[in-house]
Amino acid sequence: MYAYDQYDQAMVDARVAEFRDQCERRLAGKLSEDQFKPLRLMNGLYLQLHAYMLRVAIPYGTLNGGQMCVLADIAEKYDRGYGHFTTRQNIQYNWIKLEDAADILADLAKVEMHAIQTSGNCIRNISSDHFAGAAADEVADPRPYAELLRQWSSFHPEFSYLPRKFKICVIASENDRAAMRLHDIGIRIVERDGELGAQFYVGGGMGRTPMIAPLIRDFVPLDQLVTYSEACLRVYNRYGRRDNKYKARIKILVHELGAEEYTRQVEEEFAHLLDQGVEPPLAELERIKGYFRDPDMPDAGQEADRSDPDFAVWLDHNTHAHKMPGYVSAIVSLKPVGGIPGDATAAQMRVLADLAERYSFDELRIMHTQNVVLPHVRKADLYALWQALNEAGMGTPNADLMGDIIACPGLDYCSLANARSIPIAQRISQRFAANGKEAALGELKLKISGCINACGHHHAGHIGILGVDRKGTENYQLLLGGSEAEDTSLAKITGPGFDELGIVDAVETAADVYLRERTEGERFLDTYRRIGMAPFKEALYD
Amino acid sequence: MTEQVPLRLREDEACMEPAVTLEAFGGQTNAVAVRIEPGEDTRELLPHLDRLRRIDIAFPAFTDGRGYSAARILREAGFTGELRAVGDVLVDQIAYMRRCGFDAFDPDASLDPDDVEAALNRFPQVYQSAADARTPIWSLRHQ
Repeated sequence: MYAYDQYDQAMVDARVAEFRDQCERRLAGKLSEDQFKPLRLMNGLYLQLHAYMLRVAIPYGTLNGGQMCVLADIAEKYDRGYGHFTTRQNIQYNWIKLEDAADILADLAKVEMHAIQTSGNCIRNISSDHFAGAAADEVADPRPYAELLRQWSSFHPEFSYLPRKFKICVIASENDRAAMRLHDIGIRIVERDGELGAQFYVGGGMGRTPMIAPLIRDFVPLDQLVTYSEACLRVYNRYGRRDNKYKARIKILVHELGAEEYTRQVEEEFAHLLDQGVEPPLAELERIKGYFRDPDMPDAGQEADRSDPDFAVWLDHNTHAHKMPGYVSAIVSLKPVGGIPGDATAAQMRVLADLAERYSFDELRIMHTQNVVLPHVRKADLYALWQALNEAGMGTPNADLMGDIIACPGLDYCSLANARSIPIAQRISQRFAANGKEAALGELKLKISGCINACGHHHAGHIGILGVDRKGTENYQLLLGGSEAEDTSLAKITGPGFDELGIVDAVETAADVYLRERTEGERFLDTYRRIGMAPFKEALYD
Repeated sequence: MTEQVPLRLREDEACMEPAVTLEAFGGQTNAVAVRIEPGEDTRELLPHLDRLRRIDIAFPAFTDGRGYSAARILREAGFTGELRAVGDVLVDQIAYMRRCGFDAFDPDASLDPDDVEAALNRFPQVYQSAADARTPIWSLRHQ
């Protein structure tokens, strides 16, 4: 994985000093809260319902054991002993004091981490495929491109006061495991006639106006990646709406101009920028690629022993095919039955760090589904790994099943939320553990947001739940048919909402319709797409 | 009586002519200073850059970042006159403004010169090529 050189380290250290100075000026009254707010946001510091929340960047979701240990230390030293992994492959701490923020950033900087641009109207942490560099279906490891763009977008002088936040995702497979087309810019590295280049999808997003990004360029040569990104951003910075916060994302600009006109403007800007020398040389991309070389993975030639039936279940659900024979990627579930999706204690983080060092070449990945991946595990080590995970409460065999719920922090923490998300996730997880239907249901992606900002990705859930405020009480709308994968689709609302107990029943009703109607080999999503909304509505409301 | 520009990072003599609006500029062929508002297309000025000594770029609110693009576009087109950031210009944005080509600042509220000095020298290097002369890190790595 990437390692800082003296330049990267100096930049992060300077940022810590800058933020310390800004905090001091704020505490001394030299900066107003209005002036301070965008500055603290660009360092990941939000003001929530009960305290400050700090969001730490985990670039493209990749980190090592030592970094995970520091995340554990921060949870203990500055928070309440746990952290929350997010759909942006980051980690959030929910109980932070402003006076500690600069010290936390200094602790992070010692292990090449930061909170730069994890919030604010700037280019955010760049996300990627959690199986990057391990999956068998990639044309390349997408992370070097993500790292190139991370450096380009860090402290960008022109694009730090954009109309709204800006999220970029880079993948390199036809299979989309990162919701690529639901990003402001989704980049897919592709191969054409033996040469690698980048597809650019621009103007996707969730939020209150969900949109699937259209393809605006099918092949950007690798030595023009930064220049093309710069052109996309410049058109947005100049013409994105600033009159209405809710219409300020690039998806609205692309929608209002039309993809064709937006593309024309980008191409014009791109042609101009090609002469401006903004593109790093290919040698820089090669330098970065050097950090992402495959570890030496000799084929041990051994399959996992499936004789323990509980282990076999975990193996079937929580491992993913690896490009190297004898290896798999293992998914560590942070979704125990009835637990808070994505939460991990400091002790669990240390276990993960230790297991990564022992079994996965000291590498971990954070998934947008709020789980963790050990990317390169020898099949022969899987049983020992599974036992250790079980001991730490992280061996739940539910990847992509009903219990693997994405949920935003909701009204338990977030000042924007209209309704709680976590208790709904907990109840559904408990219900389906108790009724034994989870295994029968198979792949079913349930996603819960506590408000229309959609941090819980409800638009992209096979089943989505949206919490709203109805005359002062929490109400939950049910959505069906979304997907964040390569077959991207947006979920549709079934009809009137439910109260907090009713929504759990409604999810079970929808699941039962699927179990009744499905044909051989169909997932929930496939059945929904075949039979449509009507049978579900009938079961839910008649 | 001459107005003082609070902060100027150029050696030449300040052009203190009043700036005309972009709209008025079309009809006033003798104007040497013009002011660009956030919603205006700065590229309309490109055919006339050789007769302009100063361009003011307005920041009605520091959170509106359109002026950064306007400044870079003018520098990319070869404008060498004074580029002045006017309005809600705060010390924490000055370093980015400088990188986008601004070399004069006329803020609504005066800036502490020590804070400005610290802000401009905060980051030892830069990651991108922009409108200033700084060498990006990717170039330093491959020299």
